[in-house]
Amino acid sequence: MAEILVYVDHVDGAVRKPTLELLTLARRLGDPVAVALGNGAADTAAALAEHGAVKVLTADAPEFAEYLVVPKVDALQAAYEAVSPAAVLVPSSAEGKEIAARLAVRIGSGIITDAVDLEAGDEGPVATQAAFAASFTTKSRVSKGTPVITVKPNSAPVEAAPAAGAVEALAVSFGPLATGTKVTARTPRESTGRPELTEAAIVVSGGRGVNGAENFAIIEALADSLGAAVGASRAAVDAGWYPHANQVGQTGKSVSPQLYIASGISGAIQHRAGMQTSKTIVAINKDAEAPIFDLVDYGVVGDLFDVVPQLTAEVQARKG
Amino acid sequence: MSLRIVVCVKYVPDATGDRKFADDLTVDRDDVDGLLSELDEYAVEQALQIAEEADDAEVTVLTVGPEDAKDALRKALSMGADKAVHVEDDDLHGSDVMATSLVLAKAIEKTGYDVVIAGMASTDGTMGVLPAILAERLGVPQVTLLSEVKIEDGKVTGRRDGDSASEQLEASLPAVVSVTDQSGEARYPSFKGIMAAKKKPVESLELDDLDIDADEVGLEGSWTAVDSAAERPARTAGTIVKDEGEGGKQLAEYLASQKFI
Repeated sequence: MAEILVYVDHVDGAVRKPTLELLTLARRLGDPVAVALGNGAADTAAALAEHGAVKVLTADAPEFAEYLVVPKVDALQAAYEAVSPAAVLVPSSAEGKEIAARLAVRIGSGIITDAVDLEAGDEGPVATQAAFAASFTTKSRVSKGTPVITVKPNSAPVEAAPAAGAVEALAVSFGPLATGTKVTARTPRESTGRPELTEAAIVVSGGRGVNGAENFAIIEALADSLGAAVGASRAAVDAGWYPHANQVGQTGKSVSPQLYIASGISGAIQHRAGMQTSKTIVAINKDAEAPIFDLVDYGVVGDLFDVVPQLTAEVQARKG
Repeated sequence: MSLRIVVCVKYVPDATGDRKFADDLTVDRDDVDGLLSELDEYAVEQALQIAEEADDAEVTVLTVGPEDAKDALRKALSMGADKAVHVEDDDLHGSDVMATSLVLAKAIEKTGYDVVIAGMASTDGTMGVLPAILAERLGVPQVTLLSEVKIEDGKVTGRRDGDSASEQLEASLPAVVSVTDQSGEARYPSFKGIMAAKKKPVESLELDDLDIDADEVGLEGSWTAVDSAAERPARTAGTIVKDEGEGGKQLAEYLASQKFI
């Protein structure tokens, strides 16, 4: 069976959920061979084997942390040459997309980004994507070279499928470009204890109607009652009420959770581009004419300062 | 020595219009007005600021696209760019990111550059991979997704705000830079700028000028193929209630019925 290279996104050995989702998709195409790089790479093996990796190629070197992107491309290319896979799958993070893009150039292949589904086809993997703010669904394939495809979080279920997961050290020699962009300082983002926005099953977002940074506490309280991530519209971010890292929309994050709750968000195209593929959409807005209500499965026309705290209290009561 | 800045810009269909696909599954450009991709305005802005800081600098805006794409170049020129390069060729129709990046890379090399600046993504394809691809093709460092950028003493430095960390980056020129919408509000063209733009040079290039064969680009020559594009079915109308004191509780009831609570 063909081997499928899967790039592993992990934090010091802890595999992030989108990679486990990738393994589910990779198994539809062939035998997943995982590539884990950097600090704790070998520690990823157990989780990857549990989810279907037949092999785990690992490499660690200071270059992975000290320079931007290219050392990882060198390593992924080494894995590609060692395995000769039928496809290369990479999580659709900002860094993942850049790694995939540079690899695609090197191996003379086409690239598809932000796939939301993947199937085996007669001419190689067929990727489903959402286009034009998710108003269209397209099916595409790579027509030259070995398909390189990045996949959005929440595109497939995480499924246990135990496999050998034999760990092998990957030999990597860094090219002249590897040390081109130096990371001179790194400040880790403070953890909020909430799920990662793009990976969360539930996202609670606030917009212009939240009317002030201090009022985001209401949105956060609802998010915490549901175990959700917090998002914000561009208007709220531009006003300085919430960090840009939490922005949902065209110029922020694109999310696809099971449940999306928009509070005080009108639903401009900018925002819709980032959340329209959510499975269930709920909105709370004072303005009955807000375009967000065209998208919702359930909408409440009302003041978020009344509705959201009442909802939070009710969720807490029901959860006991 | 003058600092040569090339800004890659894209002419895209207005996102507030009714965007759709043409019969050949390329982007339909006929029914929706086009404009300079909003995210590229930030790239033009940073290029202009860098040029203003430098002793001697020249800002060239570059695009690959049909005749109408000149509008995007005019906008950038009216903001303050010095000159423009337009690669236009019928054989380019339907080019994907690999094909387009090939053309851009050759045009950048022909123009000459010390730094290439791009937006974080286009507002139509939204892939966000072009800057990294250009860096790979040109064989220079990528300093991408910057919310702050500075060029001094032959070096580019900047801040990249990632999901898990904020990083300070540094590379020697030549390099490819991309900037986010957090890099700084883009200026509006002044009346004077708009008038001046009409007199600025726009160089037109064809594939022959760049030694690119027609079969390396366009719909047929691209590295990817779109097999189908379907409009998402309209969502079935949802339930909408007016809050009369129990809106939060009603919503909780709905969420419980959908097993979210």
